[in-house]
Amino acid sequence: MKLPETQNIIRRQRLYEQLFIILGIVALLVALMTLLALFTRLAIDGMPRLTPDFFTNFPSRFAERAGILSAWVGSFLVMFVTACAAIPLGVSAGIYLEEYAPKNRWTAIIEINVMNLAGIPSIVYGLLALGLFVQILGFGQSILSAGLTLALLILPIIIVSTREALRGIPGGIREAAYALGATRWQVVSDHLLPYSSGGVLTGVIIGLSRAIGETAPIITIGALTFIAFLPSSPFIAEFPFISFKWVLDPFTVMPIQMFNWTSRPEEAFQFNAAAAGVVLLAMTLLMNGIAIWLRYRIRKSIKW
Amino acid sequence: MKSSHPRARKRRIKEGLIETGLLAAACSSVAITFAILYILVKESLNFFAEVPLFDFLTDTQWTPLFDDAHFGIITLISGTVTTTLVALSVAVPLGLTIAIYISEFASPRLRETIKPILEILGAVPTVVFGYFALIVVTPLLQKIYPDLPGFNMLSAGLVMGIMIVPYISSVSEDAMRAVPMHLREGAFAMGATRLRTALTVVVPAAFSGLAAALTLGCSRAVGETMVVAVAAGMQPNLTMNPLQPAATISSFIVQVSLGDLPHDSIGYKTIFAAGLTLLLITLVFNVIGFWLRQKFREEY
Repeated sequence: MKLPETQNIIRRQRLYEQLFIILGIVALLVALMTLLALFTRLAIDGMPRLTPDFFTNFPSRFAERAGILSAWVGSFLVMFVTACAAIPLGVSAGIYLEEYAPKNRWTAIIEINVMNLAGIPSIVYGLLALGLFVQILGFGQSILSAGLTLALLILPIIIVSTREALRGIPGGIREAAYALGATRWQVVSDHLLPYSSGGVLTGVIIGLSRAIGETAPIITIGALTFIAFLPSSPFIAEFPFISFKWVLDPFTVMPIQMFNWTSRPEEAFQFNAAAAGVVLLAMTLLMNGIAIWLRYRIRKSIKW
Repeated sequence: MKSSHPRARKRRIKEGLIETGLLAAACSSVAITFAILYILVKESLNFFAEVPLFDFLTDTQWTPLFDDAHFGIITLISGTVTTTLVALSVAVPLGLTIAIYISEFASPRLRETIKPILEILGAVPTVVFGYFALIVVTPLLQKIYPDLPGFNMLSAGLVMGIMIVPYISSVSEDAMRAVPMHLREGAFAMGATRLRTALTVVVPAAFSGLAAALTLGCSRAVGETMVVAVAAGMQPNLTMNPLQPAATISSFIVQVSLGDLPHDSIGYKTIFAAGLTLLLITLVFNVIGFWLRQKFREEY
């Protein structure tokens, strides 16, 4: 091959490479600009409605008087139930699979199963909850049903992140503890869990931030969309001062309130929807921000 | 060594109990799978006791709540397939390009900045994306096609596509970064540019991971509910034309659930039959993904 031909080929290859870099940047910009457009539009539509009253009013037939009190209280309580159910279950399952499980076919089945669970559409979990929690177990369309549904939904996220956090701990730590005569559970509870707590916490927060925005499964269990009252208070005047009556109360949550307003024809309700969207987005972003920051800090601070 | 010391025995019992408890937690995930199958199959059997399977698969109308009830699931599948195709036509090229760019071209600093932002894109609640599709994207599209109805599958599909980009890009990027450096160095030594190396060495070597990313994207798109429920309208419509409104399997389930349904009504049973169909479709994607991963797995 002659030199000029070769130079031509090189020039052409370099040109393709430059074109691809531009293409890559354009693709990134499309994704980022969409995100930016979403934030901007939501902020423009929603900000004027974000008055203190908006947080302390119940939903109403009149758009200007409607608020998200029952929705954010509901979201908070549902998240509480979800966390109480998903964290112990998910972390225990993660510990078993990473530290205890023998390498055999049963373990492989459980592992494949966890992966598959993560791929099941959220609305199918809603149908499971409708059939199991609402009908068979008789929890009704309550905070308990919704919290448990979302707990099942985020279980794979918590299991996987627990395992990853445990896997990051060097084997030497385990061996040192065993050498001192610690039992398996002592190794796990005194060493592995404290050292992996940051990673586990990151996974829990990511899971909860996913749960707080889930709409479809909660609609499926039949959560009402117009709730102008609060669940009963967890604190009571008589002994033992704490009541769990609220877990069986009807409720609404932020994403359902937003969906409800979005599907109304009157324009005024669109602004309410946008305002609810801003609050919902702020909650998820805050949680994700904390998770990203935690992960960054763990990576910086822990050197084995 | 079997110690009969009471403290050692107590300790052994405690260890055994804890291990059993942890095992039970791990098995709960299997129990969830069985519970899903049991509930869906049980209610679907009730449904198929009233509606012949043949009608379910061949009827071209879907009007389960009307007096003249028809149960042609194909009507809902057409909506699901159309929105999924629109979404994938956005998400696959965008996601793969971003993944190749981040993994093979971007500086470590740019990568560390971009990945969290993409993660945020993936964390936005789907109902917010639905609002965005209805209020922003549809009016924009109406400037291009003035005849576009307010509810349409195109805008829902496009927004869904953007929503799936982070899933595809992050899984593909992980797969490409796992390709050992010496393969790239070999290609560079032969005089290949970074682009040629990426396309002819890294992408084929990471193919099983890319396949996993694509099937993950597919099953996300098929199961996505809120964007289509908000922006695509909820009337069943047997069409593959994205410019029209239509219901998908998942948006139908939402629509029915919004009303108050007695436990024994046909509408109640219908959503379980629809849900079972949806589960089977995602299962097919997962099996294809699993098969692709096995077939193209490369060990280094």
